[in-house]
Amino acid sequence: MIRKLNPGNLARWAVTLPPSLFLVVFFLLPALIVVAASLREPGEFGGLAPLFVGGAFTHALTLDSYRFFFGDTIYLEIFVKSFFIALLTTLICIALAYPLAWLIARSPKRRRDLLVLLVILPFASNLLIRVYAWILLLGPLNLLYTPVAVVAGMVYVHLPFMVLPLYTNLEKHDPALLEAAQDLGAGTWTRFWRVTFPLSLPGIFSGSALVFIPVLGMFAIPELLGGTGDLMIGNLIKEQFLDNRDWPFGATLSLLLTVAVLLCAGLAVLAAKKSFKGTEAVT
Amino acid sequence: MALLEIRNVTRRFGDFKAVDDVSFSIEAGEFFTLLGPSGCGKTTILRMIAGFDDPDAGVMLLDGRPLTGIPPERRPVHTVFQSYALFPHMTVAGNIAFPLEMAGKSRDEIARRVAETLALVHLEDKGGSYPHELSGGQKQRVALARGLVNRPRLLLLDEPLGALDAKLRVEMQSELIALQREVGITFVFVTHSQQEALALSHRIAVMNRGRIEQLDEPDKLYGLPANRFVADFIGKINLIEVEVAAASKVLLTLTAAGLGEIAAADARPLQPGERGCFALRPELIRVYGRKESADLKNRFDGRVKELLYLGDVTHYKVALANGFLIEALMPNAAPGRAKFHEVGDAVTVCWRHDAGIFLRD
Repeated sequence: MIRKLNPGNLARWAVTLPPSLFLVVFFLLPALIVVAASLREPGEFGGLAPLFVGGAFTHALTLDSYRFFFGDTIYLEIFVKSFFIALLTTLICIALAYPLAWLIARSPKRRRDLLVLLVILPFASNLLIRVYAWILLLGPLNLLYTPVAVVAGMVYVHLPFMVLPLYTNLEKHDPALLEAAQDLGAGTWTRFWRVTFPLSLPGIFSGSALVFIPVLGMFAIPELLGGTGDLMIGNLIKEQFLDNRDWPFGATLSLLLTVAVLLCAGLAVLAAKKSFKGTEAVT
Repeated sequence: MALLEIRNVTRRFGDFKAVDDVSFSIEAGEFFTLLGPSGCGKTTILRMIAGFDDPDAGVMLLDGRPLTGIPPERRPVHTVFQSYALFPHMTVAGNIAFPLEMAGKSRDEIARRVAETLALVHLEDKGGSYPHELSGGQKQRVALARGLVNRPRLLLLDEPLGALDAKLRVEMQSELIALQREVGITFVFVTHSQQEALALSHRIAVMNRGRIEQLDEPDKLYGLPANRFVADFIGKINLIEVEVAAASKVLLTLTAAGLGEIAAADARPLQPGERGCFALRPELIRVYGRKESADLKNRFDGRVKELLYLGDVTHYKVALANGFLIEALMPNAAPGRAKFHEVGDAVTVCWRHDAGIFLRD
């Protein structure tokens, strides 16, 4: 069925086409290139092996990189460890950000903007400088180049990403709900666990996504603060492209990372759907 | 012993006395209303009974025991909030079960009581719905059910009908009366709507500027207001400035400037020269043509200034000789087309000598 191109449709196209094109060119195509690259062989001097040598088609597609990945447990171990660090970072961020976000949401309106500004102020200085500062802090404590240092750095850098969505959520809570809960017999803790916490789940979920996924792919922090045993997926991918010059394996790793993240996100959405029931009316 | 006794309670916010030395008591099973304009202190009193605020002076006794120091969650008092404050992440049944869970009731009992209460407010099929899926009237019923389900000693209702549209509000008024009669729980109702207060309450405390102006049954408040504020706040009324001319045991003669003498019935020992106002309800005034005769003591000539034909009644504003615009309400009780006096018609307004009351300043 061909729809008539009326002015309304035209306007809709005019508005949606540029961003769609942008996404196709800079997201969809590169993603397909990564898939293709993961199925190729590395070139002798890095990059990908040429498809044609002397006019003849030489290399077909290969699953070598995937075989390599699953052939040695070390890569899976690094994946698992990275997920563990990302999970730990996310949990610590929730624990630290929750009281902070709650405090900001409860402060007088005039002071809130200032406090939010303070939370995002660290972004004003460069990430590397902030991570280097941790080297100075952790060195004397004999914690440098340990997993603890990696997690500390990760938490420090990503904390604002947890605070902001949580604050946005908590700020919208109707204080009358807590009064109602108290009126109906709920003590302080019950009020928190039965009212505030469930209503803040959407904030916790979006904050977790904003922390978990970037931590998983982060390479600067483990490289600067972690020891040789604290490699994460991000470092592994970086190594393949810059040091080992094995682009197909690098592409394979980043593809597997994407798949794993999407799986996690899918599970999270399923869990969220169950627990968000009714809260969408508030948030 | 009264269920709730409030003795000399005062609550200050800075220099402002929100509640100023208020005393009253509420009997078990009563539908008690705090009525007044916004800022009169009625909500502050409600919040103090619930425990969200504390009096600066005075005592509050529930079943003879002081409420001081008992936090809201431990008072056998529940509130229906103006905004309903339903928990958006819980179903209707979950909301209603909440106070029972807090009271540590067994699973079986909770299920049974929730089902009973849902039936009580006619929401049997809505137990699984979430609050945002309900209409305003349904939310209102859930809020009521949640407040009632654990059988509090007192149910406080903070302008619960304020958010509903006019038609629904009238329906809910009837339901509230029926509900209160059925459950027998004492209701303390706060409203600024005098119509709502008159329709629902056993007794009404009319509040103004932190004080109770009058506490009485609805018909007494309406028929025998104690002062100018109450007379003016409850219903429509004509307030004519007067001075006592003569007072005998049964008959009171008042003089209104530019109008002449008004006869009233009053047994109080009043002295000539006392000033005040004469309060007269519009529906007690008759409006006649000049030639019609009526055997009523108080007769004043005037001219129809405005007229509103409302179907069941006609609402007149008649300009009297001294310029006072007197309001009168005439029922259109005769069958067929209603007859009324047109704007500009010369008329006579009259009323019985015992129709109005004298309010001392």
